[in-house]
Amino acid sequence: MTLRLAVLPMLLAAVLGGTVAYAIDPTELPDPQLQARYVALTKELRCLQCQNESIADSPAGLASDLRREVRNMLLAGKSDEEIRDFMVARYGEFILFRPRYSARNAWLWLLPLVLLLIGVVVAVRVVRQRSVLLAQDDEAVDDGTAE
Amino acid sequence: MSRWRLGGRFLIPLLAFALLVVVLANGIRHADRKGTIDSPLVGRPAPEFALPSLTDPNRLVGSQDLQGRWYVLNVWGTWCPGCYQEHETLMEVARSGVVPIVGLNWKDDDAQALAWLAQLGNPYEWIAVDRDGRVAIDWGVYGAPETFLVDDRGIVVHKHTGPLTSQVWKRDFLPLLPQRVTSRSE
Repeated sequence: MTLRLAVLPMLLAAVLGGTVAYAIDPTELPDPQLQARYVALTKELRCLQCQNESIADSPAGLASDLRREVRNMLLAGKSDEEIRDFMVARYGEFILFRPRYSARNAWLWLLPLVLLLIGVVVAVRVVRQRSVLLAQDDEAVDDGTAE
Repeated sequence: MSRWRLGGRFLIPLLAFALLVVVLANGIRHADRKGTIDSPLVGRPAPEFALPSLTDPNRLVGSQDLQGRWYVLNVWGTWCPGCYQEHETLMEVARSGVVPIVGLNWKDDDAQALAWLAQLGNPYEWIAVDRDGRVAIDWGVYGAPETFLVDDRGIVVHKHTGPLTSQVWKRDFLPLLPQRVTSRSE
């Protein structure tokens, strides 16, 4: 009985969650491969009306228009890169959730590496200094001049 | 050793502070444009289009009618509160006769759009009806109202996102217009 009670909300959540996702985008492309590319592309394109959602997740009018464009381009045999270029030419790189590697945003990709390097240098220095201090301490103890 | 440590102790926080100042100053400078996205269209040819006219559905309006002259393209819809806000400014610009305004009625209802113009006045030379939003995508429109300035070579010179005010018009649009176009009204 208690088990059944516990399962019920889970089932409800599963059923309701499924319906909500379906309501936003009921697209079903004829070819499963196209469908997979469609899902991947719409997830990495930003809905500019509601800037933290992808066009796959957004109920905004513009998002559904952009999904229609992606769909039509896929059906017309366009490549993923051609579709991304189409979007970037109109809305700028901001529409891509995954920024491209270019001279302008190289820092975006390189900064984590630089920070990691700084961290390594700092860590190595700290460890070295500590070991020097510890060695000095040991010497002092040996001499009997620790205090 | 101690000298280096003294320098390091002050240098690193100082550099961190300087960096913070630069980042925050940049944030403050762009605060009024928060959330607006620079259009990649500026400096490039305006997208071509041909759509039915709102006032005369049998007639196609678009790029054909705009060749060789400066114009303002205003993207609007009756569902858009910002468009209501800016309407008076558009009327003023139209009255000044400085530059023609054409409208792109975006994802709207014809009857409602016509009622809106009848009630508030019509600042547009003509209005193209973009029911399914296909042309708006070519123009990179992501939220109405949006206003583009295009020169006589068909190059997009400026884009403003959000309601147009007379202050914005005087600051961002008027100085871009050539003297011989603006002098007519002044």
